[in-house]
Amino acid sequence: MKMLEPGTTIDGFTVGECLHAGGMAHIYRVRYSDETMREPFPMAMKVPRMTGGDGAENIVGFEVERQILPALTGSHVPRFVAAGDLNQLPYIVMEYIQGQTLQHRLDESSEPIAPVEIARLGAAIAQSVHSLHLQNTCHLDLKPANVLMRPDGSAVLLDFGLSCHAHYPDLLAEEMRLAVGSPVWIAPEQVVGVRGDPRSDIFAIGVMLYELGTRELPFGNPQTKGGMRQRLWMDAPPPRKWRPDLPEWLQEVILRCLESEAAKRYPSAAHLAFDLSHPDQIQVTGRGKRTQSTGFWRHFKRWLRAAGMHYEPSPLPSRQIDEVPIVMVAVPHYEVSDATLYSLRQAVSRSLGTRPGAQLACVTVIDSGSTSSSDSANSETAVHRRYLGMLRQWAQPLDLSGRAVSFHVLESGDVAQALLRYAAGNQVSVIVMGAATHGLQMQRLLATVPIKVAMDAPCTVILVKQALPFEQLATSRAA
Amino acid sequence: MMEGTAVPIMKLALLSDIHANLRALDACVAHASRSGATRFALLGDLVGYGPQPALVVRRIREMAGAGAIVLKGNHDEMAVSPPATAQALGEIGAAWTNAQLTPADLAYLDGLPLTNTQGAVHLVHASADSPHRWHYVTNEQQAAASMDAACEDPAVRYVFGGHVHEQTLYFMTATHKLMRFVPTPGVPIPLPGSRRWLATVGSVGQPRDGNPQAMYAMFDLARAELTFHRVPYDHFAVATDLRATGLPEFFAKRMEEGR
Repeated sequence: MKMLEPGTTIDGFTVGECLHAGGMAHIYRVRYSDETMREPFPMAMKVPRMTGGDGAENIVGFEVERQILPALTGSHVPRFVAAGDLNQLPYIVMEYIQGQTLQHRLDESSEPIAPVEIARLGAAIAQSVHSLHLQNTCHLDLKPANVLMRPDGSAVLLDFGLSCHAHYPDLLAEEMRLAVGSPVWIAPEQVVGVRGDPRSDIFAIGVMLYELGTRELPFGNPQTKGGMRQRLWMDAPPPRKWRPDLPEWLQEVILRCLESEAAKRYPSAAHLAFDLSHPDQIQVTGRGKRTQSTGFWRHFKRWLRAAGMHYEPSPLPSRQIDEVPIVMVAVPHYEVSDATLYSLRQAVSRSLGTRPGAQLACVTVIDSGSTSSSDSANSETAVHRRYLGMLRQWAQPLDLSGRAVSFHVLESGDVAQALLRYAAGNQVSVIVMGAATHGLQMQRLLATVPIKVAMDAPCTVILVKQALPFEQLATSRAA
Repeated sequence: MMEGTAVPIMKLALLSDIHANLRALDACVAHASRSGATRFALLGDLVGYGPQPALVVRRIREMAGAGAIVLKGNHDEMAVSPPATAQALGEIGAAWTNAQLTPADLAYLDGLPLTNTQGAVHLVHASADSPHRWHYVTNEQQAAASMDAACEDPAVRYVFGGHVHEQTLYFMTATHKLMRFVPTPGVPIPLPGSRRWLATVGSVGQPRDGNPQAMYAMFDLARAELTFHRVPYDHFAVATDLRATGLPEFFAKRMEEGR
């Protein structure tokens, strides 16, 4: 395809330098030709290659991106500006975002990346993917070249040419029925033609984390359908086989993302972001400890099973995520009645729902002055250990039946602010807290904590009134 | 979408299967006007089943005078010449409807066209494949037949109809196969003109999917976006009106349940 000359004018946009000349599209800087129009943000024009040998795939990819990008919002996607007609000159003008793609990051140096840095990158990517899933969209073509890291550390997702929006007809559903995606990162269910499961994106994040951790590809780069079908039954070699110094928790996370059965992966990207943000809370299983590849017989048995493997088409992505909430409970640690603690537990049980996959984060906020660097009895670790113990004790009677639970001590002078920040940072779906807790002593002042949280929370807040069953018994007897 | 360029905005409200339900028609027209409709298209079955055929025909004749496109449906045809011996419920209703309408109303219904083409948009009550036969479009094959017939005019990209009382979107893939899609009400769906599309817009006056809310769709030509809508209105009042007509109780019951 011919490159556009700088200075060319298209539908009111003046083309600048070419930023990227890829196999699928060319990307140019553009500005409004009309000098009096102020640019709300820097803009780029993407022009798909669709002449000569560039197949029908590019055209459909352009149509899909043209369909989905304008519907997406938030800081994790480039903002849509305008699009050209497919039959005349197809192009999409969108926000140009400063940053470095993960592919650049991988290419610029072959130095091993520190596990904390991998976790940071992974958490940022998972957060961006979660924001997409909440908008009922699955990306389905996540790979290092399509993930842009902003200078502030957050991630932006690019290229929605293979994506799937649950509210729009899927233009790719029929065309290339099988294996729509990039062979290195594609999830097993995509190999057999299932589109629209958010857990396919989790799988792709797993492949990227594997790459970041080991510089190896977990399933190679298969070029045949049979090669791609391998991931229906084959385990990736454990990352620690390539890089023994990789921590077990990171391998646990990566291999959980790469489970061939979607139901064994993280149930939502928020759960993945949560684990990567709290490595110390990850329950390491055999998955994290392995250093040897799965043996022949095990694989053989799985291969037999995979022949009949059948993936269920998924419901609405946002609904699927709703069913696996991250529930955060704020447990007060002083001047708190048994009735309150009991009622909080009841409310938490209800909020976790009946389905597996929900996650509970137990949080307490202590004053930032409670720890001391000189006094060993009040050292940060000692104080935190004390409160973590209290949280564990509180959670003990809960029937978690295998659901993940974690415990967090936050230090802050402002309880409401600390809770809100934690909820926003961890994609919490429900906050459970006492309606009148966090300081009975200073009721007038501190009763505003639940109100403040309820008003500013990014999610549902359940304010729990204390009620002990035996107290009610006593009143009914008195009546 | 593109700032600064003056695209003439044109929004076409697509209303079908009104079925003599003035309350539902008014609710949809009001909703569409609020949503910026610049033109109305009534895709047939103005009467039949409902309690207010005369009022609905009068209202639609006013709309036509103001530029609305009006097509004929099978129930309009039946109301003009009701079968001598009524068997099906619709036929019993047709005789009653006929008796409510003036000769001028009946002549108006009789003279309505079966199809209308506005540039890329083809409108028809049932199927563009022999419109006078009132074929139902309930699956991909029937939709393909309608689309193929409509697209004999190479300018046509969009075929909009009613008749089946459900909101469905069909689209042509690159391999010339038709795919079916069930839309979410209220969500604008981009329908790029690079493909061909067929939609059944649902029924204004007689939904049958268990949800009594009126159905219509709005096509934004400038943005090439189609939005299916559900509009709540007082359907219980329509059931009351129906009972007052002396038509079989089934009609009123059906109105209450949206079946």
